[in-house]
Amino acid sequence: MSNPAIELKNITKTFGNIVANKNVSLTVYSSEILSILGENGSGKTTLMNMISGIYYPDSGHILINGNEVVIKSPKDAFDYKIGMIHQHFKLVDVFSAAENIVLGIDENGKYNIKESTKRIKEITDKYGFEIDLNKKIYEMSVSEKQTVEIIKVLYRGADILILDEPTAVLTPQEAQKLFSVLRRMRDDGKAIIIITHKLHEVLSLSDRVSVLRKGEYIGTVETKNTNESQLTEMMVGQKVELNIERTEPVNCQKRLEVLNINCVNREGVKVLDSVSFTANSGEILGIAGIAGSGQRELLESIAGLQKLNDGNILYHDPKTGKIDNLRDKTPVQIRDLGVRLSFVPEDRLGMGLVGNMDIVDNMMLRSYKKGKSLFVDRKQPRNLAKKIIEDLGVVTPGTSTPVRRLSGGNVQKILVGREIAASPTVLMAAYPVRGLDINSSYLIYNLLNQQKENGVAVIFVGEDLDVLLELCDKIMVISSGRISGIVDARKSTKEELGLLMTKHGGEQNE
Amino acid sequence: MIIAFIQRAIVQGIPLLFGSTGEIITEKTGHLNLGTAGVMYVGGIAGVIGAFMYENSVETINPVLAVIIPILTSIIGSLIMGMIYSVLTVTFRANQNVTGLALTTFGVGVGNFFGGSLIKLTNSELPSITLTATSNCFKTKIPFAENLGWFGDIFLSYSFLAYVAIAIALFAAFFFNKTKAGLSLRAVGENPATADAAGINVSRYKYLATCTGSVIAGLGGLYYVMDYACGVWSNDGFGDRGWLAIALVIFAVWKPNLSIFGSILFGGLLVVHNYIPNLTMASQEIFKMTPYVVTIIVLVIVSMRRKRENLPPASLGLSYFREER
Repeated sequence: MSNPAIELKNITKTFGNIVANKNVSLTVYSSEILSILGENGSGKTTLMNMISGIYYPDSGHILINGNEVVIKSPKDAFDYKIGMIHQHFKLVDVFSAAENIVLGIDENGKYNIKESTKRIKEITDKYGFEIDLNKKIYEMSVSEKQTVEIIKVLYRGADILILDEPTAVLTPQEAQKLFSVLRRMRDDGKAIIIITHKLHEVLSLSDRVSVLRKGEYIGTVETKNTNESQLTEMMVGQKVELNIERTEPVNCQKRLEVLNINCVNREGVKVLDSVSFTANSGEILGIAGIAGSGQRELLESIAGLQKLNDGNILYHDPKTGKIDNLRDKTPVQIRDLGVRLSFVPEDRLGMGLVGNMDIVDNMMLRSYKKGKSLFVDRKQPRNLAKKIIEDLGVVTPGTSTPVRRLSGGNVQKILVGREIAASPTVLMAAYPVRGLDINSSYLIYNLLNQQKENGVAVIFVGEDLDVLLELCDKIMVISSGRISGIVDARKSTKEELGLLMTKHGGEQNE
Repeated sequence: MIIAFIQRAIVQGIPLLFGSTGEIITEKTGHLNLGTAGVMYVGGIAGVIGAFMYENSVETINPVLAVIIPILTSIIGSLIMGMIYSVLTVTFRANQNVTGLALTTFGVGVGNFFGGSLIKLTNSELPSITLTATSNCFKTKIPFAENLGWFGDIFLSYSFLAYVAIAIALFAAFFFNKTKAGLSLRAVGENPATADAAGINVSRYKYLATCTGSVIAGLGGLYYVMDYACGVWSNDGFGDRGWLAIALVIFAVWKPNLSIFGSILFGGLLVVHNYIPNLTMASQEIFKMTPYVVTIIVLVIVSMRRKRENLPPASLGLSYFREER
C-alpha cells in the first residue's frame, strides 16, 4: 500500500436539526479502490460532497498528501485533483459531450474545441472508453452520460475519483465495463472511492471497505478478509436476515389482462408494441428490461396516465366477477369503477409525492376526496402517517417535515406505505428499491410478498436480476417495447434474462 | 416610400434590438428580467437628465461631450436598475417574476418623476423636454452617406447607436458560441448546479450578465429618445417597447443574431399601418398587434418542434442555492 492520498479527520456536518456526519475519520490511499458502505441517510454522499466542495464541514480537517487543506468550492477540489461523479449527473443537456468536458476549465482562456477534443481522445484511448464526443447529452443513454462524467474529471487531471452509486442505473454488462475501467485507473495510480450499497459489487471490486452508520464512522476492513454478513452487520448494527421468503402462489385468479396494447410516444416512436400478458392475484409478476424499454409507459397505461393507440386492458373484479375495460380511462374513472389500483411510480417526487408538502399532506393526496364534509379530515391521514413512520422505520423529525428533506429511502417508504395502506387489489411498483439500502430494500420486498399473500396482483419492475429471480413468481422481459419472453422465476437464470433483455436485433444496445 | 418604410422600420426596431440583446444575455444565465421595460425607461430618462444638465450648463455644446455625457448617465441609470434586480434575485433569491414586474413599475415611476421635474424646470407650455442640439450630435451622419442614394438612405442614415446595437448583438452571438466564458455563461443558465460543480462562479456570472444586460437594454431607451424621438422626451412616450423586447427574445429563440432580423421585422410591423392607405383607427390597432401575434406563432412552432437547442435556458426563472437539499 502506498501513501495516503486523502485523510479526513473528525468531520462533522449538520443540516438544521439533522446531523449528517458526526466525527468521521477516513483514509484513502492512492492505487486503491475504497468502497464506502452505509444505509440510506447514513451520510455517505454528504461526506463525499464535503471533499468535492459542494458542502463545507462544520468542523474537522481534511488532509491531502499529508497537508491540511481547505476545500470551499468545487473549484478548490479540482485544484487538489479531486473529481466527483454524482449520482444525479451534472451535465448540461444541450451541450455536446466535449463541451461538457471542457466546461469551467480555464486553459489560458482559450477556447478551441477541436484542440480539446484531441486531448480528450487521448484519455478515452488510454482507459478504453467508447464515446462519441460530438453527441449531445440529451441524446445519450445513462451509461454514456456516466462515461462523460468520468472523462470530465479525468480531463481535469483528477487523481482522486469519487463515484456516487455508479451502478444504480446500469445493466450488468455496463457495470462490468465500468469496473474494468475503474481497475485500469487504479492500476494507473489513482485513488478511487465508490459509494454503494450493493454488497456483491463491494466484494468484487474494492480493496478496502469503510462503513458508515447514521452519520458515524464504524470501521474499515480489507475486502479479502470480510464477507457479506460481517459487512451487513457493520452497516445496520445488528444481524439481519437477508432472505426473501417466497411462498408458493395460492388461489391464483385472473386479475388484470393486458391484450395487444400499442403505444406511440410524442416523438412518434413506438414504445409499446403488441404487449399482452396476464397478472394473477396472489402472484408477483416481475418486469425486467433495460431502462427505457417501455416499462414506464406500460405501467402508466394501466394506471390510466397514458393514451393507447390500440389494445385493451381488462380488469377482473374479485368480488363481483365483473370485467371492466380500463383503456383510455382516467385515474379517477378507474377508481370510480371500484378498481383498487395502487401505483408506486419510478419518479417518486415527481409523480408519487409532493416534495414541499409534509408527510400528512402527502397521505391526504390519496384520501382528500373521502367523506362528505366540506372540510378535510386531517386526523386519519395523520394517524396513517404515524403508523407508516412506525411500521416502516422512517427516519424523520416528525410528521410535519416536508418530504423532500428526507433521504431517498425514507421517501420511498412513505410512498410504498401509503399505496399499500389503500389495500389495493393490483399493486404496481416501478423500481421501488432504487437507491435504497439493504435493510430498506428487504423491508420493501417483504411488504410486496405480504401483499401477494393477501391475494393482491403485484407487478414489480426491477433492475437487479438477482432480486427479480428471488422475489417474483413469473418474470416478463420487455425489450424495445416488446415482450421478448415470460419465464418462470423459479427455473430461470440471470443469463437467460440478460439474453432476453437484448433480443430483437442490436438497435437498442448502447 | 419603400425606402422610407425600411428606414422607419429600422429606427423602430433598434430600441427593441438593444432591449432584447440585453434580455437574452440576462436570460442566458437563468434570470428572467421582466423589469426590462423599466430598465429601458430609466436608461432613457437618465440619458435625458445628463443631456439636459449639459445643454443648460454651457453656452455652445461640444459634440463629443454631448454624446458621451448622456451615454454615461444612461449607463449609470440602467446599471443601478440591474444591480437592484441582481441583488434581489441572485443574492436574496427573490422571485424573479415579482421582482421584475416591481422593477418595471419602479422604473416607469422614476422616469416619469424626473421627466416631470425637468419639464417643470423648463417652464415650457408643452409636456415635453426638447434636446434637439444633443439629438443632432447623436444623429451625425457619415459625410458622404447622403451622396450614395438609396444605399446611403437604407444603410447609413442612422444614429451611430444603431450600428452599436447591431455590433453588440453580433458580438453577443459570437461570445455565446465561440468563447469559453460564453460556454460557462450558458451552462449557468442551463444547469447552475453543474456549472457550480465545474468550478464556475455562478453568482458572478449571474451578476455580470444581469448588469451588462441591463446596461445594453438601457441604451435602447437612450436611442429611442435621441434618434427615434429626435431628442424629445415626454412622459410615457416610450410605450410598451420593453415588453416587445421581451417578446422578441422568444421570437429570436434566445439567439442575438436572429434578434437583429427580428427587431427590424417587429419595427416594420409596428409602422406598416402608416404606409397602407385608407386605414381606420381600429384597423391600425390590429396592425400594431401583429408583433405579439407573430411571437405567439413562433412560440407555438418552437414548442411543437421541441428542438432542445431552441428551448429557453433550462433553469430560467429559478434561483440557485448550492446547499439546498
